[in-house]
Amino acid sequence: MKLTLKIWRQKNSSDKGGFATYPVDHVSKDMSFLEMLDVLNEELTEKGEDPVHFDHDCREGICGMCSLYINGKPHGPLQTTTCQLHMRSFNDGETITIEPWRAKAFPVVKDLVVDREAFDRIIQAGGYVNVNTGGVPDANEIPVAKTIADLAMDAAQCIGCGACVAACKNASAMLFTSAKVSQLALLPQGQVERKTRAEKMVAQMDAEGFGACTNTGACEAECPKGISITNIARMNREYFSAVMSSDNV
Amino acid sequence: MSWVTKTLKSTLGRKLIMALTGLFLILFLTGHVSGNMLLFKNDGGEAFNIYAKFMTTNPAVKVLSYLTYISVIAHVIYSIILSRQNKSARPIGYAESKASTNSRWASRNMGILGTIILIFLVVHMQSFWAQMHWGDLPVVTYDGEEYKDLYSIVNFAFQNIFMVIGYVVAMAFLAFHLSHGFASAFQTLGWNHKKYSPAIKAIGQFYCIVVPVLFAAMPLYIYFTS
Repeated sequence: MKLTLKIWRQKNSSDKGGFATYPVDHVSKDMSFLEMLDVLNEELTEKGEDPVHFDHDCREGICGMCSLYINGKPHGPLQTTTCQLHMRSFNDGETITIEPWRAKAFPVVKDLVVDREAFDRIIQAGGYVNVNTGGVPDANEIPVAKTIADLAMDAAQCIGCGACVAACKNASAMLFTSAKVSQLALLPQGQVERKTRAEKMVAQMDAEGFGACTNTGACEAECPKGISITNIARMNREYFSAVMSSDNV
Repeated sequence: MSWVTKTLKSTLGRKLIMALTGLFLILFLTGHVSGNMLLFKNDGGEAFNIYAKFMTTNPAVKVLSYLTYISVIAHVIYSIILSRQNKSARPIGYAESKASTNSRWASRNMGILGTIILIFLVVHMQSFWAQMHWGDLPVVTYDGEEYKDLYSIVNFAFQNIFMVIGYVVAMAFLAFHLSHGFASAFQTLGWNHKKYSPAIKAIGQFYCIVVPVLFAAMPLYIYFTS
């Protein structure tokens, strides 16, 4: 396959940045998208040019590190992570536009790498449970209904890649935040901090400068893990009932 | 900051206001379209004029009308606040975006649709509402009681083809706004459940077509029958 890559290049967070065009040849359709970029980077390095910086880690679709806004969609044309996207999803001779996630809360670090620590801070605000350490508890010590466990697991599938923010016209982090709020609100272990969690995580989400939710459903449609916007409705319920009844005046 | 102001300043609090005012305005539209169906009654506007007097003098309706004004104003103000917040959340946009593959057009353009509806609302209220309240309307007498002849104003306004076209087009925008807004308001309130969400969506799609079509039929009916 012969391709033309139109890639966003930006030296650092203060650089204005712009698109650079790279022709690539001998691309196998069985390559993953990131392998294709690896090939480009090898060529660039051999020529003494700065390789294109992009985030990646497990390349198994489970870590949430890869990103990239490919041809107008987060993680490209399929509902999967960029590392699980293969070149057979593209046509020979195609021009592929590759951009970083765009959000005020996700500043560009370099080229296609963005800083997603805003997500970490949302989790730090309340996306956890406090438990006393000790011996390993017995299995099934705390009964959880299978239906509830399934819903919690569905929400827990979120890998925090940020595709929801990238896809949302408002760069809203509602899907991400609601997935974690939901997961813990559903489980018995999450009940103790249930109210403060909803309040603190929403407050942190707002403080990071993410947008509001217009319920377009773009996040759900693009989420590589298929997180549903029913979680956003659940977070809204959690939040509204928390502000009405929590002890935080 | 008290917990109330803090909540209303949060994104979810702002969205809550949008949803509640939006749903109240949907209730208003239901009442408005039901009452105005009297325009289809072939009685020279008698029933409509009696209804119009009731709507401007009944104390209970007065309370509802003030709630409606407050809802319109809050809906507009909060939409501006939210739009600005949303805009600032993405200072640099994408060079290429295929948003149409993941979301519906109306859902992405609620602000534009709302702005057009607001412009229509100003013209509409100037044409009829302001006339009814402060205008120098002709008076008609039914059973010895005097009524402002709002019907004659409505009838006259819709002799103008441009007015009719304007109204029909505005109702198309309203339909798109409602096609997203109806179900979206419930989602914001957290009313998302596999038992009744399909019903909410279905009612929303029915409502967003029926109400604007009935409204649009009124100027068309008057234009073609008189």
